[in-house]
Amino acid sequence: MSMLEILRSKFGEGVEELADFVGHKTFLVPPRIVREVSSFLRNEQVFGFDYLTCLSGIDRGKEEPRFEVSYLLSSLTRREMIQLKVRVNDGEAVPSVCDIWRTADWHEREAFDLLGIVFSGHPNLKRILLPEGWTGHPLRKDYVVAEADKEPWEREESARESNEHGK
Amino acid sequence: MNTENSPPANRGLLEVERLYLNMGPQHPSTHGVLRIGLVIEGERIVDAEPDVGYLHRSIEKIAEKRTYLQFIPLTDRLDYVAAMSNNFAYVLAVESLLEIEVPRRAQYIRVIMAELQRIASHLVWMGAFTNDLGAATPLLYGFREREDILDLYEMTCGARLTYNYYRFGGVSRDIPTGFVPGAKKFISGFWKKVDEYEELLTENEIFLKRTKGVGVLSREDAISYAVSGPMLRASGVKWDLRKDRPYSVYPEFAFDVPTGETGDCWDRYKVRIEEMRQSRRILEQALDGIPEGEILPPKLPRTIRPKKGEAYGSVEAPRGELGFYVVSDGGTNPVRLKIRPPCFVNLGSLAAMVHNCLIADLVAILGSIDIVLGEVDR
Amino acid sequence: MGIIENRFRPNIVITTLDKVFNWSRKNSLWPFSFGLACCAIEMMATAASRYDLARFGMEVFRPSPRQADLMIIAGTVTKKMAPRVRLLYEQMAEKKYVIAMGACTISGGPFQDAYSVVRRVDEVVPVDVYIPGCPPRPEALIEGLLELRRKIEKETLARTD
Repeated sequence: MSMLEILRSKFGEGVEELADFVGHKTFLVPPRIVREVSSFLRNEQVFGFDYLTCLSGIDRGKEEPRFEVSYLLSSLTRREMIQLKVRVNDGEAVPSVCDIWRTADWHEREAFDLLGIVFSGHPNLKRILLPEGWTGHPLRKDYVVAEADKEPWEREESARESNEHGK
Repeated sequence: MNTENSPPANRGLLEVERLYLNMGPQHPSTHGVLRIGLVIEGERIVDAEPDVGYLHRSIEKIAEKRTYLQFIPLTDRLDYVAAMSNNFAYVLAVESLLEIEVPRRAQYIRVIMAELQRIASHLVWMGAFTNDLGAATPLLYGFREREDILDLYEMTCGARLTYNYYRFGGVSRDIPTGFVPGAKKFISGFWKKVDEYEELLTENEIFLKRTKGVGVLSREDAISYAVSGPMLRASGVKWDLRKDRPYSVYPEFAFDVPTGETGDCWDRYKVRIEEMRQSRRILEQALDGIPEGEILPPKLPRTIRPKKGEAYGSVEAPRGELGFYVVSDGGTNPVRLKIRPPCFVNLGSLAAMVHNCLIADLVAILGSIDIVLGEVDR
Repeated sequence: MGIIENRFRPNIVITTLDKVFNWSRKNSLWPFSFGLACCAIEMMATAASRYDLARFGMEVFRPSPRQADLMIIAGTVTKKMAPRVRLLYEQMAEKKYVIAMGACTISGGPFQDAYSVVRRVDEVVPVDVYIPGCPPRPEALIEGLLELRRKIEKETLARTD
């Protein structure tokens, strides 16, 4: 049985396999079951993906759904790596996995900070890299720096520029 | 952090109040600009929450505006103590999308540079760590040897700190004639130097008191927090990407992976010292076996356009697993470039280590994690 | 500005005093160890074995701003850090000098188009000497420090208005 068949027999037809990740398998799962799939992959002896290497949020621009969360899972015993993916629209929440792998805590905070992806069930979801009170999420493709986040002299410069363009 | 609801601990006749103590962002032992919010009861730490981001330079956003080649100099500035390793991981990630063959000579040069970088980085770590514990001498010792390595780098690519040396498919220029003899001279004297450091520190009573049994990270916690590199190995997990997810020509060299037993600060120190010796072994073999040939593959396109897809390239950097996750749409610049920084992840495990230790121990624990804020904050 | 600056007319006593003051100030600059990013590693290298900043009487890197009179801003100043830089500068005792080390501090350097980087540190604190480079070599930092000494030599207590 292939991995995809195992996952499908357990979690239904919602699990798909994608094929553009170089060298490793990728599975796309619906967001509502991401925790169940994660626990299964971590605790099942045949998989044993006990090590969450990386969790990244991706803004896919104009595609639907807009955001993607990628989980890179490694198994320290079997030396294997796979990728899980979840796709959500703006405003939809992804269930947090930070009690399954505790390292996810900071990664999820970062994805929230820079992309605005909300993780439901996260104990402490607040900005991590940018100062509190920053406007917007910089890694979004349509991000422009808000006036409030500019330094005073930068604001003067941009005002001068817009005046010159107005003439 | 919730400090109101829990009653203060009663210790004999004295009631101990909980205090909130702010450490940083300018603090001599935070190695840059890290702020830690501490909840303390007397001298004991109840909770510690790192506040990072004081050096957040939006590198991931800049990557989306630059071409693949233009981003190489920026990788130097991530982990600025080990810039070669950053170059290495990034070119590996993009190469797996480009599907090009790297010439063997370039592979060897890359390994030599990465291992020299590991030694240089561990020397800086040793100096900073012991300096935090109050020993000023090892810093000067470490920098003394590091300068020799920087001389080798400088004759190769002209820079001391930010090298911009690796290219997709190879390296930017060949090693000069004086390099191999110079490197051999350096490593032939280096094992004595490592013994010298050990003599200063390993059995030193004060050093042992400050590090033995301090900041223990259990094996399960280490895996759950996904720490990597020397920290993971000190906790007893034998996991080294050079052996377990081999890249470049590492399988051709014989070397051991040192591990610790308890996962305390002393183990982390010991693992790093041992890693320097192992790097020396790899360097000996690589310098003797360096093949002749080209350093770049023929017919590289002027503009790099990787195929559509995603790739993850990772190396065993001095601080742990450094990975670059690249998403490409076939264009000239990445759609998304996520950096998997070892220090950021390792620092996330701080709260698990500091519970109920003294404030002075926190300094030792922070030092033993070996953080570089440029990489934590990106 | 200290307590005694800018209060006297220039005269012979003042010029002699100037000599004494400037000589003592320039020969014991105590830098404030304020490493922010990559340049801090070069700053450490300058103070360490090969380059040995102690030759110029400047090796006493103090961890507290209250004991230092020279702030070497080594590295990128971000918007989150800028208020702290200002605060630390204001905590330093009077007759204080600032060196902006590296391209990031001066103009943003490689992070010109970053959303979170302060591109001009001289809008945050007044800068005496700029050292370009990314990162500047230890020799460049030493040259910057010597330049600052030359600058201090020309200072005067007298009124300049």
